[in-house]
Amino acid sequence: MSQVASFSIDHTGFLDAQGKVQGELPAFARDAETLTRLYKAMVLTRTFDAKAVSLQRTGRLGTFASSLGQEAVAVGVGEALRPEDVLLPSFREQGGQFLRGVTMTELLLYWGGDERGSDYAGPREDFPICVPVGTQAPQAAGVALALKLRGEARVAACVFGDGATSRGDVYEAMNFAALQALPLVFVVNNNQWAISVPRARQTAAETLAQKAVAAGMPGLQVDGNDVIAVRHVVGEAVERARRGGGPALIEALTYRLSDHTTADDASRYRDDAEVSARWKEDPVARLRTYLSEAGHWTKEAEEALIADCAARVEAAVEEYLATPALPPSAMFDHLYAELPAALEAQRDEVTANNDAEGDEP
Amino acid sequence: MPIEVLMPALSPTMTEGKLAKWLKQEGDEVSSGDILAEIETDKATMEVEAVDEGVLGKIMVPEGTDAVPVNQVIAVLLEDGEDASAISEAPKPAEAKQPDPQAKEAPKEESGSAHAAPPKEPSPEAEPEWTGPTVKLTVREALRDAMAEEMRANERVFLMGEEVAEYQGAYKVSQGLLDEFGARRVVDTPITEHGFAGLGVGAAMYGLRPIVEFMTFNFAMQAIDQIINSAAKTHYMSGGQISSPMVFRGPNGAAARVAAQHSQCYASWYAHVPGLKVVSPYSAADAKGLLKSAIRDDNPVIFLEHEILYGQSFDVPDSPDWTVPIGKARIARPGKDVTITAFSIMVGKALEAAEKLAEEGIDAEVIDLRSLRPLDSETIIASVQKTNRLVTCEEGWGYAGIGSEVASVVMEQAFDWLDAPVKRVCGVDVPMPYAANLEALALPQADTIVAGAKEVCYRG
Repeated sequence: MSQVASFSIDHTGFLDAQGKVQGELPAFARDAETLTRLYKAMVLTRTFDAKAVSLQRTGRLGTFASSLGQEAVAVGVGEALRPEDVLLPSFREQGGQFLRGVTMTELLLYWGGDERGSDYAGPREDFPICVPVGTQAPQAAGVALALKLRGEARVAACVFGDGATSRGDVYEAMNFAALQALPLVFVVNNNQWAISVPRARQTAAETLAQKAVAAGMPGLQVDGNDVIAVRHVVGEAVERARRGGGPALIEALTYRLSDHTTADDASRYRDDAEVSARWKEDPVARLRTYLSEAGHWTKEAEEALIADCAARVEAAVEEYLATPALPPSAMFDHLYAELPAALEAQRDEVTANNDAEGDEP
Repeated sequence: MPIEVLMPALSPTMTEGKLAKWLKQEGDEVSSGDILAEIETDKATMEVEAVDEGVLGKIMVPEGTDAVPVNQVIAVLLEDGEDASAISEAPKPAEAKQPDPQAKEAPKEESGSAHAAPPKEPSPEAEPEWTGPTVKLTVREALRDAMAEEMRANERVFLMGEEVAEYQGAYKVSQGLLDEFGARRVVDTPITEHGFAGLGVGAAMYGLRPIVEFMTFNFAMQAIDQIINSAAKTHYMSGGQISSPMVFRGPNGAAARVAAQHSQCYASWYAHVPGLKVVSPYSAADAKGLLKSAIRDDNPVIFLEHEILYGQSFDVPDSPDWTVPIGKARIARPGKDVTITAFSIMVGKALEAAEKLAEEGIDAEVIDLRSLRPLDSETIIASVQKTNRLVTCEEGWGYAGIGSEVASVVMEQAFDWLDAPVKRVCGVDVPMPYAANLEALALPQADTIVAGAKEVCYRG
């Protein structure tokens, strides 16, 4: 008997839970301005999430998925991409979407049930939020195939959760991407919970990163609560893919401090003590500690940031709430590139019956 | 102005809940984020937070109240300087930002029937009559030529699927394409229908024009989530930002002796879905002309072929510029006594039936539907207004089938022209039997159509 294959999975982290540097920071992280930008992006995301949950609780927003405790994953991915790259998010990547130019008003419209919120004014070629689990993974492979066939030096980044890694189509996407050496980076936001199913009951595999091994591409694990590590490891994979080095799978270890969505009550199945312990690993607090101790952040700066984030979120909420509802005939908009005659007749009937009564449906 | 606090919905399906407990009392000052009350449903307990600052002016629903409807006013917050007199006496459920389907008024009844006259149906672009040279081609060759011509014309068009490259197609439809276009544009995939359909959707959303071949449409069931939830809907759900111009094609329906799981017609499955176009040609000319239109179309198109037709030969216009518009039926045989609609392999059987009917003095008009969504109701209605009788034919099951849709359209738009109930000729309502004798019985044949036509003509 002889061994024909073996693997190992590397784990990367720079800032520990107390905000202390382990090892040597990557070059970009020696720039205080970059780190401050990442910190601000995480605080804005947290402020937005809290407000969105409040809006849902008072009947002014539909179901919403908070990214509380996981801000570093999406923000790190968003920072690692170039503007011309393509982000295919799941539904908890608002932190990265904001960095790429999606507005808070757009996401509020989306979660408020208005499809216009997915028509991003900023990143025109980023994909909309994908609620079905893992559906965007084979599509990401398709985007990457298109980028490769078109000969463009651009990279697709696809984010999904730990639960999605159990799906066949996600593996199919990874297998095809590796086979064709596509410019694609898969990021697993492993927040330990697929609604009520804990990570330990999701798969017998020791890590989710090793799901890459069978597909034939690198699998890496990163501390998903350390935004520096996420930015660094995803960034290296993105640039490798851009050079024609093929795809990679990055598992970001984090924790869902919130409910799954506002339609969920995690206290029914999850021990509060577990959640309290995980708060000690908060990605926002650890970067603030590091920045403060390094002399790059002050109490005054913190107060100003909190006020600024609150004002920006408030302005977005006002814009969202002031957006007129869609007219009934809009249900036919964008159904086809050109509306077939039979549907045109239906639309005209709806318009005649409803739109005449005013703007409010 | 006082701010109304509404009963929140914990989930999109929640309609009511119990107001378990008030944590603030009338007169208490509250600020944004304070917890006002606790709500219970059978699934969860949640806290109602204040979004605004103010004084809790009045509690409208006392704690312990069961079955409080979502969006009912449960309390009123007063802003600075307001007092309780600002609260109106009879609070009404406020308009929620979330759309509530229940709240919408039913459309107003119009005077008279909406269908008293056939509604105006803008005619699809008429098919130009072909007067040029033709060439004899099998359906298989016609499909290959359509793909090759479109791939020559547009480098963004590519073909992928199982066995499409080296093997030249499981049914040899892609013969010669690998040699001409190379492995970059004729892509063999692993056995992953869901995966490669999704990949095609992504590539289409990203500026390519994929032709996704399913070895048969039976295998497309693995991929139907990508076809329906992504290809058909993303243009709609992204506000027109992202489209999926692509073709899903392959053999559909019953071949011969491949049993229940490999002998079924998916026409009505896909035709049911807004956002898709669905075509199913019979002749080689239509196979070529429609496939070229499908590849050029900016929407996802389901292209249903038939294995038994692949080897049949027809005259095909000999020009790379010639196409057939999607959404237009073709009168395959004019007649005056009864209208027979059919698509795909059933067109041949309907034409055979029409010849037999002619021997008995019944002059049948056969309409080849070609396009199932959009459906050319104009051509069907005009024919029924002439013949006053209708037989629909399909190989698939009748239940919620294409024939049901055609019958409904005729009932709604030409009821007064019908001299007999519409007859549906279709496959027997069972999974396809494997036994040869039973298989033949389960499939509609020319004689079944003849019997149906005589029934609506009251000729026994």
